[in-house]
Amino acid sequence: MKRALHPGLVATLVILVLLPFTFPNSYFFDVAIRVGLSAIAAIGLNLLMGFAGQVSIGHAGFLGIGAYASAILTSSYGWPPLAAMLGAAVLVALLAFLIAKPMLKLKGHALTIATLGFGIIVLIVLTNEGRWTGGPDGMSVGPLAVAGWQLGNEKQWYVLVALLLLVAIRLSLNLYDSPAGRALRALHGAEVAAKVAGIDTAAYKVRAFVISAVFASVAGSLTAHYSGFITPGLAGFLRSIELATMVVVGGMASTFGAVIGAALLTVLPQLLGGLESYEMVAFGLILMLTMIFLPRGLVPTLRERLRRAGK
Amino acid sequence: MSEFLQFLFSGLTTGSIYAVSGLGLAIIYNASGVINFAQGDFLMIGGMATVALLAAGVPLPLAIVLAVLITVAVGACLQRFALAPAGDSDALALIIITIGASIFIQGIVLLLLDKNQHALASFSGDTPIAIGGASLLPQSLWVMGVGAVLVVLVAAFFRFTLLGKAIRATAANHMAAQLVGINTRFVLLVSFCLAALLGGLAGIVAAPITTTSYDLGLTLGMKGFVAATLGGLGSAFGAVAGGLLVGILEAMIAGYVSSAYKDAVPFVLIIVILLFRPQGLFGGRVIERV
Repeated sequence: MKRALHPGLVATLVILVLLPFTFPNSYFFDVAIRVGLSAIAAIGLNLLMGFAGQVSIGHAGFLGIGAYASAILTSSYGWPPLAAMLGAAVLVALLAFLIAKPMLKLKGHALTIATLGFGIIVLIVLTNEGRWTGGPDGMSVGPLAVAGWQLGNEKQWYVLVALLLLVAIRLSLNLYDSPAGRALRALHGAEVAAKVAGIDTAAYKVRAFVISAVFASVAGSLTAHYSGFITPGLAGFLRSIELATMVVVGGMASTFGAVIGAALLTVLPQLLGGLESYEMVAFGLILMLTMIFLPRGLVPTLRERLRRAGK
Repeated sequence: MSEFLQFLFSGLTTGSIYAVSGLGLAIIYNASGVINFAQGDFLMIGGMATVALLAAGVPLPLAIVLAVLITVAVGACLQRFALAPAGDSDALALIIITIGASIFIQGIVLLLLDKNQHALASFSGDTPIAIGGASLLPQSLWVMGVGAVLVVLVAAFFRFTLLGKAIRATAANHMAAQLVGINTRFVLLVSFCLAALLGGLAGIVAAPITTTSYDLGLTLGMKGFVAATLGGLGSAFGAVAGGLLVGILEAMIAGYVSSAYKDAVPFVLIIVILLFRPQGLFGGRVIERV
């Protein structure tokens, strides 16, 4: 069922084009850009959590490595930003590939704990290797420049992030509809049954893990250039939880669910005035309530309701 | 030698905290199959509630009792209002609920109290006791003593009381336990309360050493988890041994290698253990049914 123009993709394109006309000032662009960057990472995590049924609560580790690799390669080694971003992605892909095989042998909570351990180890390394990373105080990152042309204002960033978001959605939908994607979804349903049907479950899980890590790395690199300053908090536990919440709330195994989850959970803290305590109370409540009342997430549940109403 | 002894004392102290935290996790995991990511927050609530009550003028013994009661109430609410409504959801959903609960609890504490680190005064002074060239703080004795008493009491509870036996029966086979007339809903509630009780008490005696703040639970809970997994999640003895082992290893690495990386020790350890001995150091062979 490969269609060049997926209706959801077209709808997203239309929304992304029309949205800027409703923005009264650059603050709205800023929020939209951050939604986009989170959405790219969430789409990646969704491939792992939704399709392969593997919970990761250390995914911000990959985000952090991507961001710091970009920052260090551009500032200490003078790499051009795009090359640094690519280098970071290759590095993260390699790392993910190396740890995927042993890690994905684990099941259920053991895997969850292993991802948590990975995230925390990344955080500790980023915090302690001060001569490279600036330690807990963080480090500054140069702007994103391509062949001498610099991405300056929010509008240019919006265009770039919107384009990349569309690419990410397209890639995710492709993977979802491909035989590999069906195999991955079968993994979430019943791993043993998938194995019996002759699916090399391990290979597909590794693939999902590597792809999702690369999505996170790219989102991390972009975040670094966009914000101009990064701290180890980028790889922190709360950030990992935030990403996982986006996927869970939007709906596991739903690409657009990940995007909507990212939008909700990025905009919500803005409405709460950026106060950490409210944010944590809200995140915690949302996680619990979603799992109790909408265990499949917003988008799949709504889609099911609409389908039933249509009959 | 005195240096080694010093590190050993420090390791045994923190290890006792991890052991009690891990024991609580193992109890909940056995009874309900849930990995409780909010276990560390029980420790945090115990410590923070005591600090807040003391600040409100409540005398220490009463503050401790009240703080433990508060923690147990939170544990009961977690089971009744967050986990029970989810019913038979898969393990993934239940894990996510406890993660949500953990973040929620931290947010509430942050909202009610503050972001600062609080130190509780030591229970019996700060005059160190010299043993073999190393010094031991009286509070460390409190931590190890309370830890040891709790472990013995929990073991006795499971062995000799009807309720303890009912919990073990539920852990062994949920359905069969229901068939012989055990109220498994009540058993689940009790196991959460028990885990909260352990966490609350451990958090209170540890507070003068670790200091306490709203986000303390994450590290303590995770280390408790490492302890429980290290020992094999099913076994209470394993959780205690695992906790002591993690504490001692951490102290030795901090002392002899690098204090900056001591916090990484349990997490490296857990990944290695999960990969090479997923049943834990003391757990039996796991046969998975499909």
